[in-house]
Amino acid sequence: MSAKTKFPVGVEAIAAKGWLSAHKWLIARRLSQTLFLAIFLVGPWFGWRIVDGTLAGSRTLNILPLTDPFVALQGIVAGHWPELTALIGALIVLAAYALIGGRMYCSWVCPINPVTDTAHWLHEKLDIPKGWQPKRHTRLWLLAMVLIVSALTGTIAWEVVNPITILHRGLVFGMGAAWGVVIAVFLFDLVVARRGWCGHLCPVGAFYGLVRAKPLLRVSAPNRAACDDCMDCFAVCPENHVITPALRGKGNDTPLILARDCTNCGRCIDVCSVDVFTFTHRFNDRLSVSNSDAANKAA
Amino acid sequence: MPSPSPMSPARRRFLTDTARMAGGCAVAGLGLAYLTTDARALPAEALRPPGALPESEFLAACIRCGLCVRDCPYDTLKLAELGFDGPATGTPFFTAREIACEMCEDIPCVAACPTGALDKSLTNIDDAKMGTTVLVDQENCLNFLGLRCDVCYRVCPVIDEAITLEVRHNDRSGHHAIFAPTLFADRCTGCGICEKSCVLPEAAIKVLPIRLARATSAEHYRKGWEERAEKGGPVLEGIIDLPDRLPGPGTDNLVAPGGYEPAFKFPGASQ
Ligand code: SF4
Ligand code: SF4
Ligand code: SF4
Ligand code: SF4
Ligand code: SF4
Repeated sequence: MSAKTKFPVGVEAIAAKGWLSAHKWLIARRLSQTLFLAIFLVGPWFGWRIVDGTLAGSRTLNILPLTDPFVALQGIVAGHWPELTALIGALIVLAAYALIGGRMYCSWVCPINPVTDTAHWLHEKLDIPKGWQPKRHTRLWLLAMVLIVSALTGTIAWEVVNPITILHRGLVFGMGAAWGVVIAVFLFDLVVARRGWCGHLCPVGAFYGLVRAKPLLRVSAPNRAACDDCMDCFAVCPENHVITPALRGKGNDTPLILARDCTNCGRCIDVCSVDVFTFTHRFNDRLSVSNSDAANKAA
Repeated sequence: MPSPSPMSPARRRFLTDTARMAGGCAVAGLGLAYLTTDARALPAEALRPPGALPESEFLAACIRCGLCVRDCPYDTLKLAELGFDGPATGTPFFTAREIACEMCEDIPCVAACPTGALDKSLTNIDDAKMGTTVLVDQENCLNFLGLRCDVCYRVCPVIDEAITLEVRHNDRSGHHAIFAPTLFADRCTGCGICEKSCVLPEAAIKVLPIRLARATSAEHYRKGWEERAEKGGPVLEGIIDLPDRLPGPGTDNLVAPGGYEPAFKFPGASQ
């Protein structure tokens, strides 16, 4: 990471493209996260009942039911077959994320993401060692563990500790000691394990990672020939192992980032000073012109 | 056939990794299971909304969305706040003494529930069983002291069925009556309005969860008088009813002044 030692992450992108376009997807994401919170909050705050309920289950404009499919699944293994309303809600959510890529939930909706992003930002600022780094697939083990505990105890087990719904429900219905849970996640990511929660442990993220039949929306690296090895994308990406196959692909290897862990956050697009990455659909695996020339020459 | 070779390093690493993961998850799982069972201890003063499934099923069904809370027009229901309220975090409940359930005819809380944690088979709010009221302290109840408070009786939405006033002699004054609030669990919905309205600083009448408020009759007990009425005669053939020789008025001893004729007569009984 020689270049990284030269410049802090993102400085070249800001110099090349200006601050705004070096942050546009980050800003879009923060707006989206705020929006998803706000539509729930304007009900209790101003009496505009657009969306009632919480992220676990909601009702939009008094008609559209949405249910968190992971919560519904825990209920089912715990022994309760939910009524049609909740089932339809869960299927709608599943279908939507199967289309766009499940982990878009993480970077565009989940209220814990700003918390762990902030922890990571501070982590970099303070230059704290990365600490405990369990394997990425630990979260799949935890996901299985949650389902087993739900089945054995006959309860929706993860909801007892789930920081996502505890925070979201807290904001909408009353915090209680919910701040404690949020601070715990923040401190865990800051001092115990870099990107520990969202990157390695959260079973909700793991679940949404599995919800991806053929996600249409993908990040691609069509312009990978222009990559100057600054490594900034690897530094900002919360799941940076997903970048390598696309960016370092040879010849006609697809430039699409197809790994299920990619959260479609778009930070790699923002932070790249030479615009290697772009959002596209999954059928567009074209390389940009200069790139295919290089590929042809190599062939 | 290759002879069984010592484990390759990769395979060994895979196995240790897997064992470590499984071990870690087992520990985490035990912790989580402990927390979920801990959350099952519903405090006695927390009542579930109308139509709620029994607590053990409720925790498998309720996704803690809060739609029941939002649709309750009286703000009766709340979602349990982590660390502050007793019920499992995020589940809906109410405290009768704060805001009781007004027993809405259209039961909006049940209608709102997307999962069936509040059971849609409850269509008549009078059939709700949120708990059962118990007159927990006769010594302080004003009616039992001989006054005519009657508030719990008057406010009860199922007046004269869930609560009646039983008139009896006031032995203390000698010439007054006591109008004793008397409760019928079969008809009580557990709405909590009586508890909410009790005029004492701490209510003498309280709605308790049914598991605390009610005894269960032993399975082999049979109520002879019910079976007799059903059969229209003695349950056992050829039974001889000996006359009860009880002293004093108010018994079936016809010889004593105030004795009364028994309602049911055994065929062939001498009296
Ligand atoms: S990994 Fe979990 S906590 Fe992190 S953003 Fe995704 S769902 Fe939210
Ligand atoms: S590859 Fe890009 S879009 Fe995907 S998670 Fe990493 S930074 Fe976000
Ligand atoms: S019956 Fe009416 S008052 Fe009672 S909990 Fe339901 S919505 Fe609230
Ligand atoms: S509406 Fe149903 S699932 Fe939602 S909080 Fe109330 S009881 Fe639970
Ligand atoms: S809780 Fe009290 S007011 Fe409500 S039905 Fe029962 S006796 Fe009546």
